[in-house]
This record gives sequence, C-alpha cells and structure tokens, in this order.
Amino acid sequence: MSPFSQIVFIALLSSLSLTRALYFHIGETEKKCFIEEIPDETMVIGKYRTQLWDKQTAAFLPSTPGLGMHVEVKDPDTKVVLSRQYGAEGRFTFTSHTPGEHQICLHSNSSKMALFTGGKLRVHLDIQVGEHTNNYPEIAAKDKLTELQLRVRQLLDQVEQIQKEQNYQRYREERFRMTSESTNQRVLWWSITQTVILLITGIWQMRHLKSFFEAKKLV
Amino acid sequence: MYGANMGVLLQVLWAQLLMGWARGSELTFELPDNAKQCFYEEITIGTKCTLEFQVVTGGHYDVDCRLEDPEGNVLYKEMKKQYDSFTFTAARNGSYKFCFSNEFSTFTHKTVYFDFQVGEDPPLFPNENRVTALTQMESACVSIHEGLKSVIDYQTHFRLGEAQGRSRAEDLNTRVAFWSIGEAVILLIVSIGQVVLLRSFFSDRKTTTTRVGS
Repeated sequence: MSPFSQIVFIALLSSLSLTRALYFHIGETEKKCFIEEIPDETMVIGKYRTQLWDKQTAAFLPSTPGLGMHVEVKDPDTKVVLSRQYGAEGRFTFTSHTPGEHQICLHSNSSKMALFTGGKLRVHLDIQVGEHTNNYPEIAAKDKLTELQLRVRQLLDQVEQIQKEQNYQRYREERFRMTSESTNQRVLWWSITQTVILLITGIWQMRHLKSFFEAKKLV
Repeated sequence: MYGANMGVLLQVLWAQLLMGWARGSELTFELPDNAKQCFYEEITIGTKCTLEFQVVTGGHYDVDCRLEDPEGNVLYKEMKKQYDSFTFTAARNGSYKFCFSNEFSTFTHKTVYFDFQVGEDPPLFPNENRVTALTQMESACVSIHEGLKSVIDYQTHFRLGEAQGRSRAEDLNTRVAFWSIGEAVILLIVSIGQVVLLRSFFSDRKTTTTRVGS
C-alpha cells in the first residue's frame, strides 16, 4: 500500500470518528450559535451528525437522507468566514485570521420539509480547537516518527498553542486598558462640562430674571 | 515493508476505536433570557467525568445548572452559580443530561462556557504489544504533557475572567457616555423650564392686579 493511499485511508477514518459525542436537540427553524474565542492562525475543526425523531418507532433514526444543516462562521468583525450547506453528517473547518470571538452558527435546512413536521432533531457536535485538531497517529504515520519523537511533537504543539494564547492575552489586555482610559477621560471631561453648563445656566437664569423683573417694574 | 505499514494501520484503527471512548467537549454558547439549554452525553458505567462551567457575560453573571443521570436522578443542582466544577463517576450506562437555565432573568442574555470531560485522554501512540514500562524520557514527556494541559486549562479560565472584566468595562464606558449626555440635556431643559414657568406666574398675576385696581 503506497504511503499516499495510507494517508488517505487514515484521513477518511479520522473524519468518521463521531460515533458518540455531546448532543442536543434543535427545533425546525432554530439557530444554535457557539462562540469560540481564539488567537489568530488557529485551526478549528467541527464535526456534526444529525438524527431525526421518528414518531412511529418513538426513537431517533440512525440516519435520514435529505437532512441538511447550514453552517455559518463569522469572525470578530462579523464578517462571514464560512457559509455552507452540509448534509446530515458533516465536517467543517476554518482557520482564524484575526484574534477574537468567532461565532459558529448551525441551523437545519432540510430538502424535504415533510420529514420535519413536529419533529425534533438531535445534533451530535464536536468542535476541536488548536492543537486538539492534530491527529497524532496520522502525523506519526506520515512523518514516520518514533514514539518519543511523537510525544515531543505533541509537547511542541502544546507550547505553541500556549504562546499564541499569551500573545492574544497581551492584545486583549491592551484593548481593556484602552477602554478603561477612555472611560477615565470621559468621566473627567463630562464632569467639567456639566459643571460649566451648570454655572452658565445659573448665571443666565439670574440675569434673565433680573431683566424680566426690571421690565415688570417689580424690582 | 508491507507488514510494517499494516502494523501502523492497525494501530491507527485501534486509536480511532479508543477515541470513541474518551473525549472532552468544551463549548461557549449564548443563553437568552427565560431560556433553558440542555446537553446530553452517552457515558459508560464506571467512567470518571467532570463538568465545569463559568458564566462569561450577562447580568449578574449567574446561571442555574442541573445534572441528571439516565434514570432522572439529580446528581448536581445549583441555582445562580457563577462558576463551579463537579466530578462524578458514572454509576449507570446511558445518556446523562445537563441543563443550564436562565429562566429567572427577564431581560439579560448570558454567555455560558462549559467543559465536560469524559474519561481519561486516549493514549498517544497506542501499542497493543506494550509490555515494557515507559522509559524515563517518555515518563518525563508524560508529566510535561500533564503540566502543559493544566497550563492551558488555567489560561482558559483566565481568558474567561478577562472577558468578563472587559465586558463590564465596556458596559461602564457606554453607560458613562449616555448618562453624561442625558444629564446635560436634562440640566438644560430644567433650567430653561424653570425660567419659563416663573415668567408664566408673573404674567398671570399682572392681569389680575390690573383688574382688581379698576
């Protein structure tokens, strides 16, 4: 078996490993969004599997053709990074180019609406971020690493993720400091402005009333 | 050569099988007001699991959490908690359910982060033929790996706390701006209104005094 076909086989196997994962129920028109706050140049892999509730058997069917999910991913500037329709079972992946909160939204979009009448949809979801996306057995096979080399590679990936997160932390702290300084400035200037407005209106009131009473010959 | 490739393939297959037994899910989602969101997980008996959650943004930063086993027995129930961690060993096979509820809140959306770890991590390079213990280098690598995992975990919690602080600071910033402008406007309206009202008192009295005079 050539190394290429080996890698293809391994990749195929890894993409199908969603036999059991966290699941939740979603309604027909419901949109479920998940937030991932990640540094830049981080890879995110999401895998999902949907099952439809069958009223006759009162159980979830193992698989139903015609079901679909629309996946939409937005970056921190609310620009759409990924917007695609997948089938009943799908795998989506994206890499962040700006650090921040990315929003992953899923909503059902089945081709046969009749399937859905009064039904619930069970969605199995697994989202992996950063170094969790690495498939170590696959890397070992591709680069022909010994066990020790593979462990060291895993440690290197973890340290790289920690470094990226620390960089992102520095950027966030700068934003926080800018916000606090802006609040500080605003409190200062608005207090001064309000005191000045108060004095001006006080003086204006007294002068206006004085001229008013003088005109009415009461003073 | 063919035999070695098959050996690697078999190991990969074994790794895939094992990956189905131990995993962790961490998600951050938005919980609207008066809403409840439930998640389910299939767990086999005897697996040690940990549920950890933290409220990131919204209102008083609290949420109700409830964990039930397949028979409906409540294993963990806390109201209005900001952050908590719960470890348990599965006593039954089946689907465990945990719910987050924001039903006590009327108009604040909450963002909740949770991390549900099931079982231990799968071994990195599973080798069914392993009979020897780990070498010193390998066990050093394992302890560094565990240390780095806890560093990443602390980083996550730090990031969530920082996000919370930052959202409060940004809230404060916009509130200071709106209230200041609002107060200045109210100040101007009240001062002009006082003068106009005072003037209206005196113009009425003037007409009555002249009528009384004649």
